[in-house]
Formats: sequence, structure tokens, C-alpha cells
Amino acid sequence: MDIETSYKKYIRLFEEISSKLKNEDSEFVFNTRMAAFKKFKDAGLPDHNHENYKYAGIAEILSEDYEFSLESRQALVDLNQFFECEVKDLDTHVILLSNGEYYQNNKPIEGINENVIICSLKEAKFKHKEIFEKYYNKTVSESNDSYAALNAMFANDGLFIYIPDNTKVNKTIQLVNLTHGFGNKNVFKRNLVVVGKNAELSLIICDHTLNNSKNFTIDITESYIEENGYLQYHTLQNEPNKSSVINNLFIQLERYARINSFVLSLHGGIIRNNLYAKLSGENSEANLYGVNLTDRKQRIDNFTIIDHISPNSTSNELYKGILDEEAKGSFAGRIIVRPGAQKTNAYQTNKNICLTPEAKMRTKPQLEIYADDVKCSHGATVGQLDEDALFYLRQRGIDYKEARLLLMFAFVNDILLKMEIEPLRNRVASLINARLRGEFSDCSHCLLNCHTRE
Amino acid sequence: MEKEQDKILQDFTSSEYKFGFISDIEYEHFPKGLNEDIIRLLSEKKNEPEWLLEFRLKAFERWKNMKMPKWAHLEIPEINYQDLIYYAAPKQKAKYASLDEIDPEIKATFDKLGIPIGEQKRLSGVAMDAVLDSVSVKTTFQETLAEKGIIFCSFSEAVKEHPDLVKKYLGSVVPYGDNYFAALNSAVFSDGSFCYIPKGVRCPMELSTYFRINAANSGQFERTLIVADEDSYVSYMEGCTAPMRDEKQLHAAVVEIVALKNAEVKYSTVQNWYPGDKEGKGGIYNFVTKRGICKGDNSKISWTQVETGSAITWKYPSTILKGDNSVSEFYSVAVTNHFQQADTGTKMIHLGKNTSSTIVSKGISAGRSNNSYRGLVKIAKNAVNSRNFSQCDSLLLGDKCGAHTFPYIEVENESSIVEHEATTSKISEDQIFYCNQRGISTEDAVGLIVNGYAREVLNKLPMEFAVEAQKLLQISLEGSVG
Repeated sequence: MDIETSYKKYIRLFEEISSKLKNEDSEFVFNTRMAAFKKFKDAGLPDHNHENYKYAGIAEILSEDYEFSLESRQALVDLNQFFECEVKDLDTHVILLSNGEYYQNNKPIEGINENVIICSLKEAKFKHKEIFEKYYNKTVSESNDSYAALNAMFANDGLFIYIPDNTKVNKTIQLVNLTHGFGNKNVFKRNLVVVGKNAELSLIICDHTLNNSKNFTIDITESYIEENGYLQYHTLQNEPNKSSVINNLFIQLERYARINSFVLSLHGGIIRNNLYAKLSGENSEANLYGVNLTDRKQRIDNFTIIDHISPNSTSNELYKGILDEEAKGSFAGRIIVRPGAQKTNAYQTNKNICLTPEAKMRTKPQLEIYADDVKCSHGATVGQLDEDALFYLRQRGIDYKEARLLLMFAFVNDILLKMEIEPLRNRVASLINARLRGEFSDCSHCLLNCHTRE
Repeated sequence: MEKEQDKILQDFTSSEYKFGFISDIEYEHFPKGLNEDIIRLLSEKKNEPEWLLEFRLKAFERWKNMKMPKWAHLEIPEINYQDLIYYAAPKQKAKYASLDEIDPEIKATFDKLGIPIGEQKRLSGVAMDAVLDSVSVKTTFQETLAEKGIIFCSFSEAVKEHPDLVKKYLGSVVPYGDNYFAALNSAVFSDGSFCYIPKGVRCPMELSTYFRINAANSGQFERTLIVADEDSYVSYMEGCTAPMRDEKQLHAAVVEIVALKNAEVKYSTVQNWYPGDKEGKGGIYNFVTKRGICKGDNSKISWTQVETGSAITWKYPSTILKGDNSVSEFYSVAVTNHFQQADTGTKMIHLGKNTSSTIVSKGISAGRSNNSYRGLVKIAKNAVNSRNFSQCDSLLLGDKCGAHTFPYIEVENESSIVEHEATTSKISEDQIFYCNQRGISTEDAVGLIVNGYAREVLNKLPMEFAVEAQKLLQISLEGSVG
């Protein structure tokens, strides 16, 4: 299919199901859908002709025909039995999503703080109406992104987390997205995370695909961090070669709020990560990190916008990528400092290593600054492994292959060191190590073996 | 101290444009508007050969189907291309045989600008082509240069005297349909400079063109073509000014540079078109396409630019590094003030092996201006072992201006290294305090710091221009630089 056909298809699809949605939705949600639909209709589907989607491989994604259905596609087997993503020593509250839907047989979460709400988005829109409507789609509606609008039109379920004021969640919450079943699917997922005043949360989101179909996923995770709240956010993308993902992370930070975000793209077909961080409160702080390991014909495209709205806010962005074989990578980072956002500190770095003559990297670090009393910088490099360092290691009896692995690992380890949860850090380190060795990074304890059937 | 500093910045940002006078010269105009007839008339007027007319018409055909680019970080008001005069020339005799025949008013204009149009000013050692509105007025030192085989003349003259060279290279670097403004220029360009350095010749003096817009309601479309044959060297400079008028004026030029094997071209610009007044009224729209090609191995092109004028600047001097081991440099200082807007930078396109490029860009924004750096570094697959280093710094003087950086980096092989760095800051209170402590007044300190900030680029200018550029910065920095 071409872009025009896909555009028409999505419009037709939405018109077909909108009456059904209207019956199931709360009025508020249905209105957001309609607003998004209007935006989508006006803006169209951006492809490589659009500056922001130049290198995302949209034409390739949309060349397939994907099926979308509102009907529940819950798994027939008990996913809890199969899935056991145990990060050694890391005790997490596991929540499963099945094809974008909150899994009906999720184990009850025990021992979590009182008043913390964890439930499906479907449930939240009625049961926790007040909180839900205060936050849902607020940042997304400010964006002009057509794919985000597409998600707002179709997404029907996902995870809802609300951490009340002054609450520190004792365990990491782990959300596992499982995509399974036959046929090429279009999956829309939507998560809403609210961290209250002085509250703290650590969240890890893992994507797994259990079939060999070509799937196209459009995700949105919206996170709102209230005054002095702190969110540690980790995304672990470990998808098969045929999958296509457009992943959107929206962040809004109030006064003194903080986020540490890690976007770890270990494996995937076509991955596009959009990140919008809005530092709307004074003294807010965003630390945004990304690692991508790409090989074969994979594509990775990281697109980030950091918007400093209030004075004294700080952002640190560090993205590192290794490109092997015929991989294509791109990075676009834009720092915006709004008028009046004085004393902003914004630092951005993007470093990449190309290992083969076929690998391609494009990087586009941008600064847009409208306030004078700021310190902003960006840097970008594309290069190779350091010959001298390789020589040094080989002199000491480490063979060529091992020396290269060591240097590559050291290259991304900078970012892993920023992870505060040690068991998670170790686990990710071993996944990365395995990945660099060309092994599929199966999560050792899990029975699903997502990547054995390529 | 804060207040005092603000006042100094205020003084600096409100200084006046010094070249805004209007010369009273008799003009010959074309009627307003743009169509095929105008182009034919223009071509006829200049006695152009058939192939050049065809070139113009093809470009015009292409231009009609193009849209004005919108991607730049600029707010460009709608331009009515039918409301412009595409040819305005001082009424003159067929050709000046000697200096005395030049309209004294024209001569006075250039004297006022400090341009050594008279050959008696030999000391200045610069060969000059002066372009007033649509035509080249006078080229100096032609005979001296001819002895060495160097051709340096107006574009119209080159079309007549050296049609083979012009035909061979015109449009070879910037094709007629390259972009909206290049296509417009290709259709209606009126004059410009042509320069050819033969094999093995090192040009003994700086070549220079001075552009001046004087007539009202006219657009200036000039074309520069520089060809450096094997093993040659030339340093070329370009300067521009315009009178203060309330309406906006359009300037869309094209510059093409060809450097063959082992040749080196150094191209410097001091761009000081009228920037408009404090309220953003008037000023020149400067939409320029400049591109060079390092065609042969070991060739070198370097761009140095000081951009202080123009209401809107849209300009990306670029180099295609085609020959192996070729080198290109780009040094730029761009100052914007009041309501000026600038979207400027460079493109380095690496095609040959072992090619290297350096980019140093310094932006200074004041008042309510917006100053953007936009650049591309592209390393193609076969450009193995290539190297690029880019540095883009922005300095903000005031809280209502904007400084932006939009670099694009594309690398398609594994043996090349590309680095990019950018910073944005204001003059810190610490720096001012440090100077104050040592007995330097705040006023002098601001000047010192800004000068130091731009020095890296100013040092790259040829001596004659460095002086002018420094003066220009001083005008902008009036009240703060000693």
C-alpha cells in the first residue's frame, strides 16, 4: 500500500468503528478521539517527504497491509504461566498487556502501597474519571504528530498508573507488552502514568513479540510528574526483524520534578522513538538517555524534542548508537528554550559508531533558543572504534574480536552506569553483551523464547 | 551593574546604518514585472548569444512551476515578483575607456563607500569590479591581470569575449533549476563578475567585486563565476551595501566556483546590505545560492563570510568535495539586530576519498532578531577516510532575540569521522566582572569579548577585508567597543 491508500484506509476504518466506540467510551474519551481524527484528517500521514519523518522508513512500514480490530484478542493460554521475566534479584510487580489490551488474568498486585492505582485504561476512564480526565491526552493534544493522533483515535486500552502524593513505590513496576497471534496486526497501545507530588516510581516497559508476523505498533506513554515527583522510566525494545514500531513518550514535568528516562533499543525491524519532554515547572530536571544497537537491515530513528518553558530547568540528553552491517540510524534532537526560560541548562550529545561501510548514520542535533541567560550545548559524532585502544588491548593478549566487543560495550556502558537500580543495570548489561556477541538476547528464565524463531 | 550593561547593549544594538545614502543617477529602467518578453528584452539589450537566452528561458519555465521554499526558520512576507523591476542600469555610454568618462555621480558613490575604483589607488593592491544595480560599472587592473592570462571582467563582457569558458562552466555547479531563487536568478541575472585563472598561475592580487543597489523598486540579480584551472590560486572578495529605503528590496545572486586539480580558491564576503530600520521597516532580502566544487584532486575552496546586513538572509555557501584529498573550509560571523532574520550556514558534501572540511560559525543575535545556523555535512559512501569538524557558537545579547542551530549530519561509511559541537550562551557576568576587576570598563569589556569571540573568523579574512569587517563590527558595537 502507498501512503495515500493507508491514509484513506485509516479514515475509513475510523468512520466504520466510531459508532461502536461512542457506545463504549466515556464522552470525554470519545471527544478526544474526534479531535484527533480531525487533526489526522487535516495533517495527513507524514512520510519521508516530511522533515520529521525523513528517515523513519514509513514507506517501508506502510507497504504492508495491517489488520486492525476492536474485538478482543485475548490469549487462549495463560500468559502468566509462560511469561516469567525475572531480572535476577529484581523483584518487580509484573503487569501483562496482550496485543495492547490489559491482560484479563493479570496476577493481583500484592504488597503495593495503599491508594496506588494500577489498572487498565478501559477501567480507569470510568472508575477513576476525575484523575483520568485531568491528565489523559493533555500533552498529546498539543503535539502535531499525525501518528500520535492516530493512536489517540484508535487506542482503546493499556496501563493506567496513579501514584498519589507523598508515596514512594517500593518495587519497580514492570509492564510487558506481548504481541502474539496470527496475521499482520496494527496494534495501538496507550499508557498513562501519573506521579503525584513528592512521589516516586520506577517503571520498566518491555516489548515482546511472540509470532512471526509483521506487526505495526503505535505506542503512546504519557507521563505527568507533579511537584518534586521522580520517575525512573525504562523502555526495553527487543522485537523481531519484521516488526515496526512507532513509540511515543510524552513527559510533563512540574516544579522540581525529575525524570530519568532510558530508551534501550536492543533489537527490532524498524523502530521510531519519539520523545517529547516538556519542562513546564521551574527547577525541573530531565535526564534522557538512549542506547541503540542495530544491525542487518534494521532501522532506528530517535526523534526527541525537549521544551524548556520555565526558568532554571535542566536537561541532559545522551544517546549512543552502534550500527553494524547494513543498519541505518538517525537521531534528531531539538532543544527549545522558550522566551523567559532564563537560567536554563540544556546539554545534548549524540555519539555513534559505524562498524561497516554499509552502515549509515544521520544526526540532526538542533537548538532553538529564545532566552539569553542560558547555557546550551549540543554535540554529535559519527566515528569508529578507537584504533589505539584496540591496539592496546591486543597487545595485552586480547584477541581482535573480544577487544572490539569490549570497546563496544564500554561505549554504551556510559549510559548503563546512569541506571540507579543495580540488578536492572546488570541485567541490561548482560542483554547488551549477548546482543553484541550476535546472540539473541533471550530473557534467560522466560519460556517464550521470543527470538528463537526468526 | 546589570542596568549599565543593559544600557551598553542598548547603545550597541541601536547604532545606525552608515551606507544608507541614495545617489542621484540617471537610470534606464525596464517596466515592472516578469515574463518571457522581459527576459527576451533583457537578453537582447545585452546582445546575448542564443544559447544564453535559451538558458534563461529554461530557467524561467522551471521557476514558474516552483514554490518558494518554506523550510527556513524565517518569516518571509509574500513577495510580489510582478511588482519588481528586473533591470535598472545607469544611463551610460557604450563603454568607459578611461576613468574620467564615468559619471561623476557614480564615481562619487563608490568614493563615498571607500571603494578604490580609481586605479590611482594602486597601493590598495586590489583589482575591483564594481556592480551598481544591474550592471558592472568598472573593472580595474584588467591590463595587469591580463599579462598573466587572468581574466577578470564583468559577466556581460565575459559572455562576449570568452563565450566558450562561460558556456562550459555556467550552471555546472548551480544548475538553472537548482532551487527557487537560483532559477529566478538564472532567468533574469543582469550582470556580475567572471574570473578565470589559467593553469599554474598564482593571482598576484586580491580580486574583488563591490555590489551596490541604488535604484528603487528594483531587484538585483547578479551572477559570479570563478574558475581556477589546475595548480592556480586566487583570493576573491565581495562586498555589498544598499541605500536606506522604506520598502523591501530583493537580492537573489548566484555564485559558482570551480576549482580544478591542485587549485585553491579563497572566497570572502562582507555582506552589509541595508538591514532595515529599528522597527524592521525596509531592508534587503538576501536570498543567495553560493556553491563551489572541488572538481580536481587536492583542490581547496574556503569560504569566509561576515554577515551583518540584510533584513532577511537565506544563504548557504556550499562545497562539493569531488576530487580526492580535496579540502574545504567555512568561517562565518553572522550578526543580527533589531528585526533582522538570518538563516545561514553551509553544506559540505564529501564525495572523494580523504576529503576534509572544517566549519566554524559564530552567530551574534541582538534586539528582536533571529539568527539560525543551518548546515549539512554529508559523507557519501565512497568518501572513505573523510573528516569533518564543525563548531557553531551563538552569542545572545538581549532576552528578546533568538539563536538557533540546525545541523544535519549524514554519514554513509565507516572510515570517516564527523564531529559537531555547538554552544549558546550570553556574555557571562563572571567575564564582565573579571574585566572590571582589572580596570576595564563594562563597555570595553563587552567589545573585547565580542571581538575575541569573532576573532577566529576575522583572522581568516584577507587583510583589506579584515579591516573593513572589524570596522563593521565596531559600527554594530558602537558605544561598547573602543
